[in-house]
Amino acid sequence: MYIIESGNVAAAFGVKLAETAVIAAYPITPQTPVTEKLSELVDSGEMNAQYIPVESEHSALAVCIAASSTGSRTFTATSANGLLYMAEQLHWAAGARLPIVMCVVNRGIGAPWTVWNDHQDSISQRDAGWIQLYACDHQQIIDTVIKAYRLAETVSIPVMVCYDGYILSHTYMPFELPDVDTVRKFLPPYAPEYFLDPACPKNLNTVTLPDIRPDVRGDTAPGYMEIRHNLHTDMRRSLDVIIDIEKEFYDTFGRGGHPFIEPYRVNDADYVAVCMGSLSYHLRDVIDKLRNEGIAVGVAGLRVYRPFPDKAIADAFSHKKGLIVFEKALSYGNQGALFADIKAALYAKTDRPFVRNYILGLGGREIKTCELADALRDSCKPSSATTDRPEWIGLKM
Amino acid sequence: MKKKDAFAQRKSHSEPGPGDGGRTGSWRVLRPILDPEKCIPAKTNKNACYACWIFCPDGVVTKTKLPVIDYEYCKGCGICAEECPAGAITMVEETLLIMEEEK
Repeated sequence: MYIIESGNVAAAFGVKLAETAVIAAYPITPQTPVTEKLSELVDSGEMNAQYIPVESEHSALAVCIAASSTGSRTFTATSANGLLYMAEQLHWAAGARLPIVMCVVNRGIGAPWTVWNDHQDSISQRDAGWIQLYACDHQQIIDTVIKAYRLAETVSIPVMVCYDGYILSHTYMPFELPDVDTVRKFLPPYAPEYFLDPACPKNLNTVTLPDIRPDVRGDTAPGYMEIRHNLHTDMRRSLDVIIDIEKEFYDTFGRGGHPFIEPYRVNDADYVAVCMGSLSYHLRDVIDKLRNEGIAVGVAGLRVYRPFPDKAIADAFSHKKGLIVFEKALSYGNQGALFADIKAALYAKTDRPFVRNYILGLGGREIKTCELADALRDSCKPSSATTDRPEWIGLKM
Repeated sequence: MKKKDAFAQRKSHSEPGPGDGGRTGSWRVLRPILDPEKCIPAKTNKNACYACWIFCPDGVVTKTKLPVIDYEYCKGCGICAEECPAGAITMVEETLLIMEEEK
């Protein structure tokens, strides 16, 4: 069934279809309508879940951590400074290997205050040990929430579903509401092997010392370094799981099918624009325009940022002439984080494209189609070379 | 999924019991020494007082007529000595005791 709703409501319906048991969230613009919709669904009895109101984002994720530890499927959502207020708990959720799903409705971070869209919030948390998925439209938001639960519970790693504030969160689009029974088959109930049970007390995540030590039974227990190494290796192994889940989703629902990179006119392109989120769809219009001018350019939307699909990127792009990375985030004092990661992914290839970086849209600065076209016209030339530092689009000074 | 391929094979999950936090007695700088001449339950042969047992944050003091402190896990915080109404517990430098034991 197709419905017309906002991106935030698409996210809430994804959570409802996932039959999430515990929701804890603190409202923050532009995420607020997700929490409002979910509280309505719980209040009206349409959703059989506990909605736990909290006084902060730190508590919201702490509630999810506790609920997830008891074996419940949990959800939270936030944006910008709210995500940063959770930072300590983000690392905890990942280290504790809890399959929490969180929507990050991307917004710029203060100071100065902004409520508008960029990607600095989620990108700044890339090293917290969470999987990060990026959605490009409303259909992808609802579908990605459902896939995120399947992924998180398969690999025991929490997942962020990131989508652009306002551009997606507050706009209305038609999208297909997946059928409840089909979702149930795709996403079976959460049945963890190990969970907190009052009848059988256990210790979770107690202090570790620098070295390994025997547990109370005398068996060697893993230390901090072993546990963290396992998180990293499992993150890398998640790349294969993402491929499998995407295939199964495509076979079941007939949508998606691109686990890491969603290409548009990339096959016969010499140059490829790379970005995350709704910008990759915005760029499709620009690509069509430039194709008419005879410039062989395509656009690739990156769906997964952590674990970084470096091999998929190297295989897809190493034979191209140039990559142009558009980013709504910046590693201050260096360059765009995605830009640096893409260059690193290509480094081992002897024949590799030039890579350029544009920073744009920070704090919701309007991204004009003509500016994107100008940047691509300027970059898509055989004489272009890899840059060390980003250029800025739409800067007025 | 085969067991060896399972995800999250290494987590900090354990059964509660003495020693789950390691041999925390090695952290101790001051050792609580109990004087049975002053200790209320020892002196009166009654199940009384037990302030040390109540206040010990690590549960290493027994509720017996002569309370016993488990030095394997006692961190030497000194709360028992502070709370003992009879002044029966003295905190002694661990180094002095070790030097004496090694003589």
